[in-house]
Amino acid sequence: MKKALNIAIVLLVPLLISCGGKEEKKKAGFSYEKKAPTEQKAKKVESTVPASKKVDLENKGIGPISSISLPSEVDQTMATQGADVFKKMCTACHRTDKKFIGPSPKNILTRRSPEWVMNMILNPDEMVQKDPLAKALLIEFNGSPMANQNLSEEDARAVLEYFRTLK
Amino acid sequence: MKNILKSTLVLLSVLVAFTSCDNASSKSNSGALSSSAAEKVYVAPGEHDEFYAFISGGFSGQLSVYGLPSGRLFKVIPVFSQDAEKAYGYNEETKPMLNTSHGFVPWDDAHHPDISQTNGVVDGRWVFINGNNTPRIAKIDLSTFETTEIIEVPNSAGNHSSSFVTENSEYVVAGTRFSVPIPQKDMPIKDYKGNFKGSLSFISIDPEHGHMDIKFQLIMPGFDYDLSHPGRGKSHGWFFFTTYNTEEASTLMEVNASQNDKDFIAAVNWKKIEEYVNNGGGTMMPANYAHNVYDEATHSATSTMKKEVRIVNPLDVPGAVYFLPTPKSPHGCDVDPTGEYIVGNGKLSANLTVHSFTKMLNAIENNKVAGDAYGIPILNFEDVLAGVVEQPGLGPLHTEFDGKGNAYTTFFISSEVVKWKLGTWEVVDRQPCYYSVGHLMIPGGNSQKPFGKYVVAMNKITKDRYLPTGPEVTQSAQLYDISGEKMELLLDFPTVGEPHYAAGCPADLVKPRSKKLFKLEDNKHPYATLNEADAKVVRDGKTVHVYMTTIRSHFAPDNIEGIKVGDKVYFHITNLEQDYDVPHGVSMIGANTSELLIMPGQTETFLWEPKQIGVWPFYCTDFCSALHQEMQGYVRVSPANSNTPLKWSLGEDIE
Repeated sequence: MKKALNIAIVLLVPLLISCGGKEEKKKAGFSYEKKAPTEQKAKKVESTVPASKKVDLENKGIGPISSISLPSEVDQTMATQGADVFKKMCTACHRTDKKFIGPSPKNILTRRSPEWVMNMILNPDEMVQKDPLAKALLIEFNGSPMANQNLSEEDARAVLEYFRTLK
Repeated sequence: MKNILKSTLVLLSVLVAFTSCDNASSKSNSGALSSSAAEKVYVAPGEHDEFYAFISGGFSGQLSVYGLPSGRLFKVIPVFSQDAEKAYGYNEETKPMLNTSHGFVPWDDAHHPDISQTNGVVDGRWVFINGNNTPRIAKIDLSTFETTEIIEVPNSAGNHSSSFVTENSEYVVAGTRFSVPIPQKDMPIKDYKGNFKGSLSFISIDPEHGHMDIKFQLIMPGFDYDLSHPGRGKSHGWFFFTTYNTEEASTLMEVNASQNDKDFIAAVNWKKIEEYVNNGGGTMMPANYAHNVYDEATHSATSTMKKEVRIVNPLDVPGAVYFLPTPKSPHGCDVDPTGEYIVGNGKLSANLTVHSFTKMLNAIENNKVAGDAYGIPILNFEDVLAGVVEQPGLGPLHTEFDGKGNAYTTFFISSEVVKWKLGTWEVVDRQPCYYSVGHLMIPGGNSQKPFGKYVVAMNKITKDRYLPTGPEVTQSAQLYDISGEKMELLLDFPTVGEPHYAAGCPADLVKPRSKKLFKLEDNKHPYATLNEADAKVVRDGKTVHVYMTTIRSHFAPDNIEGIKVGDKVYFHITNLEQDYDVPHGVSMIGANTSELLIMPGQTETFLWEPKQIGVWPFYCTDFCSALHQEMQGYVRVSPANSNTPLKWSLGEDIE
C-alpha cells in the first residue's frame, strides 16, 4: 500500500508541475539533458561537420545525370514548373524555409553540384547505398529515406531550376 | 587447423552423398518421387516461376495466386469475401463491391476461374470467377490483381456451371445449378416438376474495359446445370452444359436424381441466339440485381441495381438448343483444343463418354431426333458419340488437354489422374492423387492452345499428407510433369480453402503488364489529398472528413483536436509515395473496421465513430521504413457538447 502511494506521488508530482507555468514546461519532467549542449558541438573539429552542411561541388553523385551546365540566368518558366512539381511531390518531406523530414533545398547549389542534386532526386535508392554524402545524410536525418517519387528527368531538371530561385 | 577443416568437409560431403543415394533408391523402390523431382520444381532465390496459377479459394470466397512449378503462394485476391488485411469490403471504397439484391453479402463460394482469351488463346488480361451461393460473376484485373467488377446473376441459384469464357472473350457464361421458379414465387416445393426452370446466362464482356452486362438468359427446363465449356475452333459459337437431375426431383437427390440411365449435355448455339436477340428477340423481364464496378481513377466502387433482364425461350429460336444424351449424371463438360470432342464425365458411370461436334452437326442436319424434352430436341446417343474410354477409373469428374492429342481425366473415387488418347480412346498412364481429386488444370486448358508442360490436380481430402492442424487439415494441389509419355508427380502444395477449378498461363503474359503504382496525377478520388499542403480536417455537422496524407514516415496531419464523441469521422488517406512497393497502412484504436492498406498514389477511407473521450492514437500498420515505428499520431476526442475548436497540425504544437 505504502509502495503504491509512493509510486502515485512520483507519478503525480510531474503531472502537477506540468500544470504550472509555461516557462517551466520544457524542464519539468526530466532532469537529464537528452541533447548534447550546443557549446560542445561548436568546439568539434572540422571533420564532424554534418553532411547537410558539408560543401562538395565536385561530387556528381551516382545516376543518370553525368553532366549539366547551368546558364547564368535562371529560366523563370522552368522554375515555375519546378515549383509546381516540388509542391506536389516533395513538400511532404522538404520545406524551403526550414529543415523538415529532410534538409531544406535553400542554397543547395552552394553545397552540391547540380548533377548530384538531380541524381539524388532521380536515383535515391542507389545514392543512399553508394554515395558517401547521401549515406551520411541518411544517417544525419535519422534513417529517413529519400523517397523515389519517380520524377521524369525533365521534372527533376525543373525542380533544380526552382532551387536556384531559393535564396 | 585448416587441413582438419578441409578433411572434415570432404568426409561430410561423402557422407551426404551416400545418404542421399540411399534415400533416392529406397524412394524410387517405393514408387514415390524420383530424385530429380526436386530440381524440376526448384526456383532459385530471386528467380521467377514460369507460370501463374490462379486457384479458386472455394469456400474462402477468394482467388489465390501461385507460381508454377514452385507451388509458392504470392497473393490471395479478395473477391467475394471481406478481407481485413487489404480492407476489401471494409473500407468505404470497396464496400459496394459486395452489394447484392439481398443487401451486403460478405462471403461466397468461389469455384471456377477462367482467363480471358483472344483468338482462342489465353491473353492474361482478366480472370473471371463465379460466386456459387448468391449467384455472382466477378472480374479480376490482372494489371492490379484486384477485383474490379461483380455482377449478380438473377433467376439463378447455385451459380455452378460458370464462369467460362468464349474464345474471343465475347461472353462469360453462367449456368444455374438449382432450378427455381422463374420469376420467384411462393409455391409448394413438390410442384417442382415442370414448373421450376433453369437459367443459362450469357454475360457480354466489353472488349476494351471488360465491363460485364447480361446480354440474355436462356430459360431452360428444370434440370440441374452442372458444368459447361465453350466450343472453340470449329465449334466456336456453341456452348455445352452438362445436366443432372433430369428426373426433376426435389428431395433425396442422391437417390432420386440418379434414376435415369442418361442425362444430357445441352448444346447451345449462342451465335444463333445472339443474332435473334440483336434483332429484338427475347423479352425484357422485371428483375433486381446488383452491378458493382470499381473505378481505378477514383479508387472507388459504385453499386447499381439493375431492374430488368432479357430472357429467351429456347423454343422461340429453332435450331439453337439440342440435348445430347450422356450417361449417368455427367459432371465436367470439357471441350478439346480443336473443338471437335466434347467430353461428358459421367460421375456415376464406369466409362467416359466423348461426343463428336461434327457428328452432332450431321445429326442435326439430317434431323435425327430421338425425342424431345419440353420441346427441346434430343439427338440419338449413337449419332453423336465419338467414342468411349472403357473403364478408365471410378468417378470421372473433369478432363483437360495438353494440345498434343492427349486428355487427362480426374477420378474422384479411385483418386487418380488418367492420361488417355483422343481418337483411339486408349489409356496411356495413370498416377495416384492424395486424395480424392476434383478438378485439374493445365495452363491454357480452356483454350485452343494449352501449355502442356504441367498438370495441377486439386484434391478434396489430404488426411495424412501434411502435418496435422487439428480436425481441419489443409487442402492441397499436386503438380505433375506431363512433358513425357508418363506423368511424373513432382510436388504437393497446400492451398487456400477448397480449391475447385484453376486457370493458368505463362508468367510472361501477365508480368510485363503488372502495375507498380498509381500515379498521383491520375488520382480522381473525390477525397484525395494530392499534396501535404492540402491536408485538412472539415466538419459538416456530426460528420468530419479528415484529408490525410502519408509518406515515409509521417501522417499529415498527425495531431487532430476538436473531434467529439458521437462524430462520424471519415479518414480519407492518400499515400503520396510514387515508388514501387511502398504501401502504407493505417489503423485507429477502437475503429469498428479493418486497417487500410494504401498503395502508392491511392486514396482509401475508413470510418471511425469515437465513443469515449480521450486522446487516441493511430499508426502505420505496414512496415514502411526505418522510422516506421515513428509513423503515428493522436486524435483528441472531447465530450459531445464541448467547444474544443477543430484544429490539426504536423510538426508544431497544435496551438
